[in-house]
Amino acid sequence: MVSGKGIIGLKYLGKDDIEKIVETAFSMRDISKRSVKKVPTLRGKTVINLFFESSTRTKTSFEIAAKRLSADVVNFSYASSSTSKGETTIDTAKNIEAMNPDVFIIRHASSGIMELLSRHLKTPIISAGDGTNEHPTQGLLDIMTIRDEKKRIDGLKVVVAGDIYHSRVARSDIYGMGKLGAKVYFFSPPTLITEDYASLGARVTYDAQEAFTDADVIIMLRIQLERQATGLFPSTREYAKVFGLNEQRLKLAKPDVIVMHPGPINRGLELSSGVADNKEHSRVLKQVENGVSIRMSAIYHTIGEGHEYTDN
Amino acid sequence: MKSVIMDSTAIERALKRIAHEIIEKHTSVPVSLIGIRTAGVFIASRLAEYIGQFGRIPVQTAILDITLYRDDAAKGAGRAIVRATEIHFSVDNTFIILVDDVLFTGRTVRAAMDAVIDLGRPKVIQLAVLVDRGHRELPIKADYTGKNIPTMDDDQIKVVLTESGSKEDAVYVIRKGD
Amino acid sequence: MNILIINGLLIDPSQNMEKSGALLIEDDRIKGIVDPASYSINGDTAFLKGQKDKPYTVIDAAGKWVVPGLIDMHVHFRDPGYEYKEDIITGTMAAMSGGFTSVCAMPNTRPINDNKTVTSYMISKARDAGYANLFPIAAVSKGSGGAELSEIYDLVDAGAVAVSDDGMPVASAGLLRMALLYMKPLGIPLIDHPEELSLSKSGYMNEGVASVKLGLNGIPQTAESVAVARDIMIAAETGSRLHLAHISTRYSIELVRWAKKMGIPVTCEVTTNHFSLNEDAVDGYNTNAKLNPPLRSERDRQAVLEAISDGTIDCIVTDHAPHGHDEKEVEFDKALNGISGLETSVGLSLKLVHDKIINKKQFVQLMSYTPSVIVNLKNKGTLKTGADADVTIIDPDKKWVVDKNKFLSKGRNTPFHGRELKGRAWMTIAGGKIHGNTRT
Repeated sequence: MVSGKGIIGLKYLGKDDIEKIVETAFSMRDISKRSVKKVPTLRGKTVINLFFESSTRTKTSFEIAAKRLSADVVNFSYASSSTSKGETTIDTAKNIEAMNPDVFIIRHASSGIMELLSRHLKTPIISAGDGTNEHPTQGLLDIMTIRDEKKRIDGLKVVVAGDIYHSRVARSDIYGMGKLGAKVYFFSPPTLITEDYASLGARVTYDAQEAFTDADVIIMLRIQLERQATGLFPSTREYAKVFGLNEQRLKLAKPDVIVMHPGPINRGLELSSGVADNKEHSRVLKQVENGVSIRMSAIYHTIGEGHEYTDN
Repeated sequence: MKSVIMDSTAIERALKRIAHEIIEKHTSVPVSLIGIRTAGVFIASRLAEYIGQFGRIPVQTAILDITLYRDDAAKGAGRAIVRATEIHFSVDNTFIILVDDVLFTGRTVRAAMDAVIDLGRPKVIQLAVLVDRGHRELPIKADYTGKNIPTMDDDQIKVVLTESGSKEDAVYVIRKGD
Repeated sequence: MNILIINGLLIDPSQNMEKSGALLIEDDRIKGIVDPASYSINGDTAFLKGQKDKPYTVIDAAGKWVVPGLIDMHVHFRDPGYEYKEDIITGTMAAMSGGFTSVCAMPNTRPINDNKTVTSYMISKARDAGYANLFPIAAVSKGSGGAELSEIYDLVDAGAVAVSDDGMPVASAGLLRMALLYMKPLGIPLIDHPEELSLSKSGYMNEGVASVKLGLNGIPQTAESVAVARDIMIAAETGSRLHLAHISTRYSIELVRWAKKMGIPVTCEVTTNHFSLNEDAVDGYNTNAKLNPPLRSERDRQAVLEAISDGTIDCIVTDHAPHGHDEKEVEFDKALNGISGLETSVGLSLKLVHDKIINKKQFVQLMSYTPSVIVNLKNKGTLKTGADADVTIIDPDKKWVVDKNKFLSKGRNTPFHGRELKGRAWMTIAGGKIHGNTRT
């Protein structure tokens, strides 16, 4: 981890850090499968869910994760309108920090907010997504889901498709999977990406054939419907036809391809219902399950200093 | 100063004796040996082998990682690695023996009992250790002990086993100062 | 005040001069360059031969450059309306400290400088303060709203030297054409901030590798070059004087180069920021490097340097844009644009000389002479006899470290804090009065 600062982006994590969080997450997953879904590890610790942008799923996932580790969870939700009361984001966070929490989980609409708040807070931060920058725990849970299935990341062809330009998921995926040796393809209409994205180590393509052929993993991103209004693509019909994933395109991929999606899915837009519900290939619900485990691991690794336990 | 307290022969003799005691004392089958990571796991599997040889009673083994149950986890767990707990049987109504290499403060055993109880309701939990070095901080006592070794509080007991890559089994005491 | 500056290197492109010599100032005028035989020095005082009753204060400028007072034709002084960021007193003090004897202040105050009351207020407040000369630039359109022209003739009558809707582009091609036609008889330039808003609207930094890395929406470089092309075409048709503010991309530069070759009456400026930094300065979400136009790619920066060297770029400005601490220490997308630049400009610009991108005379041309020509400042930008006694003495080799906490400007927003620079203004004389004296 970025020492004492939590997990604010996969661009800052080394390969070893990523692997450690993912490995721990597998151990955490066993806990969620027991009848007593709780370990006492973080008893007495306070986890703050500080969400400046609504996201019920991510917030719930973090909340369940923290509770399974016996931490106390407090949710703060600030609709963007409440900042119109005049309080700055920094002041809001510092006010909550004065109540002595042990870790902040923060979601915010501005890219780079984690770097800004890190300079002002002593408490470590786990990013739950900032603007169009990063969503590190989503990147980690994607890695975990792939590792679970394929037992490796190195050398796999991973296609990330959709609105790359506005996607914090795409960015965390390429940072994380790139470090672990995956061959990442970005497939997108040219209005939702730029050529400069190749600088992240991905191959940028506008051709479905090139993108999906022999893919080991396909990650479809959610298309925000309001993008259509701003003219980035003309219609959902055309988008689905040219850039969506359907049964036919899926046949281009390797027979054991897995399909992932950070949710919520626009059925019939980026993902056809047939693919979304295909039990053989779809791992969408597995991602949700792994999300809790990854967040347990992330919280566990972020709180405290860590030392080997000796009782000899 | 580092001195050998038990050599491989002594360890073998102690474990075989414990195996006999377990065969004598067990109240139901199968006997479920749960080794506490890391050394406890190796000892549990050796005991299982001896019990199988001597007693012909059904034995099963499992692995317990107690990292998440440590009472200092919250302040110090941080980046300690959490390994998997591998218990592939139901603990409900089972005769369980926790196995560890060294019994010291008793905190590890306390954590292990909590971890097992979170998995279900065992019939019995007993404790087997290779070495009991004293200095308990909790009311915990081993049911089977390989050897009692009086130690100073700041002594270190080191158990090396061939399973973890050493040439020979041995138990050392490392004493500070002299 | 009567001053004799001796031993300095006199650099004055208006006379194509670069030589050692002594410069004589009498009251608020430059008296001329004088021969060593014509005066005698006694301690700190000098007398011209045969004028024992008229003492001159001696300033020894050995090892320094003596140049016409520097002119920054693009600053934001926030007064009236946002005096917490900067007021005319602190702004003109910061200018003097940075070596500038004259500045042109943009109209995006509150209220907007679209009427002669504001123009007169600015001029008289600066005059009363007694530091650098302030020449207001008035709004092209009422409230810089882009709908109706402001009363440009009246504004010029009150003292405005140019018009601009800076901060925003002149809203439409139609309005720009009308403005250029209407003001043609006045002979003043219209300064446009070239930006096509439909291309830049959702961006916070230059679109490129750096914006991809930071996950910040980008502003494509066409947001500028498209507007530059529009502006040049309208200047070509109307024949009115157009000055392009803070150009920053290689395509904008090519367009200006072409326009000049075609004889279109276009001039342009670059900011110290855009030739000193590239988009990588934004790394770590550094809001002090957030400006508009955004810092561009290294390739663009290199094109800017080349254009400074070959004269395509006419002058260097600071685009001095002071802001309060809380307006920068916020989310990157919410942070306001701009850099407080007056006190670092000379040091940054001298690097061009040290790096042999320009020579000393070009430096003075870019920082004093040409701006005086563009905004028609008679008797400024020159050391000719009879010119205003605005003189900057520069210590070109003095190494110093930028400390924003020592700025006289209220704006501490600078990405150059802690940077070592070589060269600074050593003394600034405006209207025959000495300020910012003798840093060692």
